[in-house]
Formats: sequence, C-alpha cells, structure tokens
Amino acid sequence: MSGKKIVCRCNDVTVEEVEALIDSGVTDIEEIKRLLRIGMGPCQGRTCIPIVLGILARKTGKKQEEIPLPKARVPTRPVRVEVIVGGDDE
Amino acid sequence: MSKIAIIGGGIIGVATAYELAKLGEEVILFEKNYFGSGSTFRCATGIRAQFTDEANIRLMKHSVERWEKLEVELESDIVFRQTGYLFLATSENEVEAFKANIKLQNKFGVPTRLIDMDEAKEIVPILNTEPFLAGAWNPKDGKANPFKTLFAYLFRARELGVDAREHTEVVGFEREGDTITAVKFRNNGKVESVKVDAVLNAANAWAPLINEMAGLKRDLVPITAYKHQLVKTEPLEPGQAEPLVCPPSWNDAYIIQDGEDGGIICGAGIEHKAKSLDDYEPTYDFLRGVLDYAVRIAPPLRYAHIVRQWAGFYAKTPDSNPAIGRLLDNFYIAAGFSGHGFMMAPAVGEAMAELISKGRSKVPLDWEWYDPYRFERGELRTSAFQIG
Repeated sequence: MSGKKIVCRCNDVTVEEVEALIDSGVTDIEEIKRLLRIGMGPCQGRTCIPIVLGILARKTGKKQEEIPLPKARVPTRPVRVEVIVGGDDE
Repeated sequence: MSKIAIIGGGIIGVATAYELAKLGEEVILFEKNYFGSGSTFRCATGIRAQFTDEANIRLMKHSVERWEKLEVELESDIVFRQTGYLFLATSENEVEAFKANIKLQNKFGVPTRLIDMDEAKEIVPILNTEPFLAGAWNPKDGKANPFKTLFAYLFRARELGVDAREHTEVVGFEREGDTITAVKFRNNGKVESVKVDAVLNAANAWAPLINEMAGLKRDLVPITAYKHQLVKTEPLEPGQAEPLVCPPSWNDAYIIQDGEDGGIICGAGIEHKAKSLDDYEPTYDFLRGVLDYAVRIAPPLRYAHIVRQWAGFYAKTPDSNPAIGRLLDNFYIAAGFSGHGFMMAPAVGEAMAELISKGRSKVPLDWEWYDPYRFERGELRTSAFQIG
C-alpha cells in the first residue's frame, strides 16, 4: 500500500487531488469533473462521482443531496464504433 | 484605474480579464452558469493559423505566438501541443485551392506547405491515404486543454485582483446617453448594482441578450446558436492521429487525438440550429454521420469504443467572423466567434484589454474587418474558413 487513495479508477485521480482543487476555490462539480477528468472515463462516473460528492459535501459544509450531479453523457456504456457504422463491406 | 465589467466567463471573458488586470485595471467578471459552461468547455480543442483570408491568418499567427508562451506566462500546464493541422484534398480543384491558401498563409509567415500522401501517412499512421490527393500541413498549428487553459487564466487573473463571480447573472444596466454607468446583477436572489467605467460583452451565443439589455437592437450583432456535436473514443496509444485531420469536402469532418488521454475526438459540419440556448441534447444522426466519416479517414477507429458524445454551440454570425469592437461610448463586444473563440482568445483578450484601457492596440487585429456594426451596414466579410 502506497497510501494513495484512488477516487477515479478510469483516470487515476486521488482523494488528495480532489481536496487540493476544492481548496483552491473550485467547488462546482462540473468544473471538478473537467479539471480532473472524474466521471469522464469509460465507467461514466459510476464509481467516482458519489465519492467526489461526499468529499465536496464534507469540505463545503453542504448536504450531499444539495449538490447537483454533473450532466451524464451518452453512451451509458462504451459502444464499439463498428456497431454504429455497420460492417466492413459498405 | 478604471473599473471594467466583463459579462461572460468563457475563455474570451477570462483572458480579457487577465490582460486588463495586467494593465492595472480593476475588473469584475460575471458568469451566469459555471466558468466555461457556454462554448469553451465544449470545444474541439484545435488551434490553427490555416485560415483563408488576411485578417484571420494574421490574428491567428499572433495568437499562436501567444499560445507558445502561455504555459510559462500563466505558470500552469495547459497541455498546449503543436501537433499541426492536416487538411486533405479529394480533387485536383481542391489541390489548386490549397495551393492558393498556402501562398497567402506563407505571405504572412505561416509555414504551411503541400505534402504528398506518403508524408501524410508518416504524420498520421492510421490515415487512409487512398481517397486523398495531397495535404495542406502546418506543423505550428496545434491544440490545448480548454479546461486547464481557462482556469490557468482565471487563477492568474484572481491573483492580480480580478473579482470573478460564477452563478451570478447580469440582469440589466444603467445608461446615461451612450454611456453605461452601472451593471445590475443577481446575487443570491437579490438584485445588486455596481458602478462601472466600461463593459465588455463576452457572452458569445448569449451576447444579443446582453446587447438588448444595453438598449441596443437584439439583432444589431446577429448571432445564432448552432448546435455542434463531438464524440470521443476511449484512450488510444498516443501518436495515432495527433494533428487535426480534416478533408473539408467531406462535410468538414475531422479527427484529433487528445494530447493528454489519447482519446480521439471526432467532429463534422452536421449542424442544427439550436432550439433554445439550453439545447445541448446529443443526436443519433450526428453520431452515425460523424463516425461514417471518421472510419473513412482512419479505418482502425472502427474497432475503438465511443465513450462520450456532447454538444455545444457555434455562436455564428452571418459571415462566421466574430464581432470585436466598440458598440457605445464605453460598451464593447467580443462575441460571435463561430467556433473559433478558444484558438483566438490569447490574441483577442490582449487586443480587447488594450483597446478598453488605452484606446488602441499593438495586436495585429483588423478592427475594420471584425467591426460589430458591419452587419447593420450590410457589409459581410468572406466567410471565415470553419472547423476545429
């Protein structure tokens, strides 16, 4: 164990990085998402967003349910390009 | 020292705030949503001087020179990479048009050159060379991270004393004659007012609403929001498609690899007039259309996964050139960037700040070309060459 606590396993983001960004004054979840790429990996935020909301609530003194979720992006799960464009013989 | 209000917390507003603070001015900036939420955080990240008219070429050449020094100046990693833009021709006529553009770009010091498809394949290993005859290649063009760039400007601006507020909506002005004397804004539900010496409208797609609040006609600067979408693949090995690669005759379709995570961003000129200024809903017809182009440009993309699709606005003027200049005595505009705000921001921020603070600028920005009153006079420019 290195002691690093990973929040986002898609993009390798740690608790310390989230806390440092909030301490620098960035408290909007849409901004935190983009600066750290939390929730922008293949899992679409299933793992990391609830954890980040918890950290944000603790640091800002807000209730977790008062913090809006970031906008979800399609597709819900990654989709292979060929599934959309069809076969090789076009 | 004057007090200057900036409306719009996108890259243009934030870069101008930073430049004004550097000149010693007091700045208050208003963003009604979160920073970058309008167009900046939805852009395709590209930066290029390959335009087809003198004004845009000269402005972007200067902007690229600023981009080259920005990481040092802002003391922040903004992931600026000069990985080039590669435009691809599909006909002999297009090759001739490329040659004319290259000649014009070279005249102003932009080092674009015509390359054959063997060289193109070395630059973009996953490229399908078969449909194309030649490429227009400028290795000085590039890309940067829009999130990190905006915040790098914002943090430095705040260090210099800029009062930058998000989730704070401007609701009106006080005006005496042709002078704006105060800005009214909503702060936690209450309307407050601040006295100002000058105002910059940097609201891009929302700029006509701000002009109307200032007592101008809403369509004095006609800006229409067009929904542009992008899709992005999972992270791929770096070096597959680092430049922005675009055959303009294929509906301006393009691919560009993210300089950080390696995902490939795919775009195309499949656009819809936005139904409203919150119409960000992605569409299936775009997804299908853009990927058809993307796999024809780079066939191995067929086996990649799409992880994200999103939409943003091209805040378009009738000639796809921005409106930059003065509208009233102390009321300025820099809006309607038509998809080019991110790449132009370092130059436009510098030029606007100098104009507001000193009444003139050393930036090679052709004020007549971008004159916000040109639409009312019915003088349209040649349409700016769009894309990325």
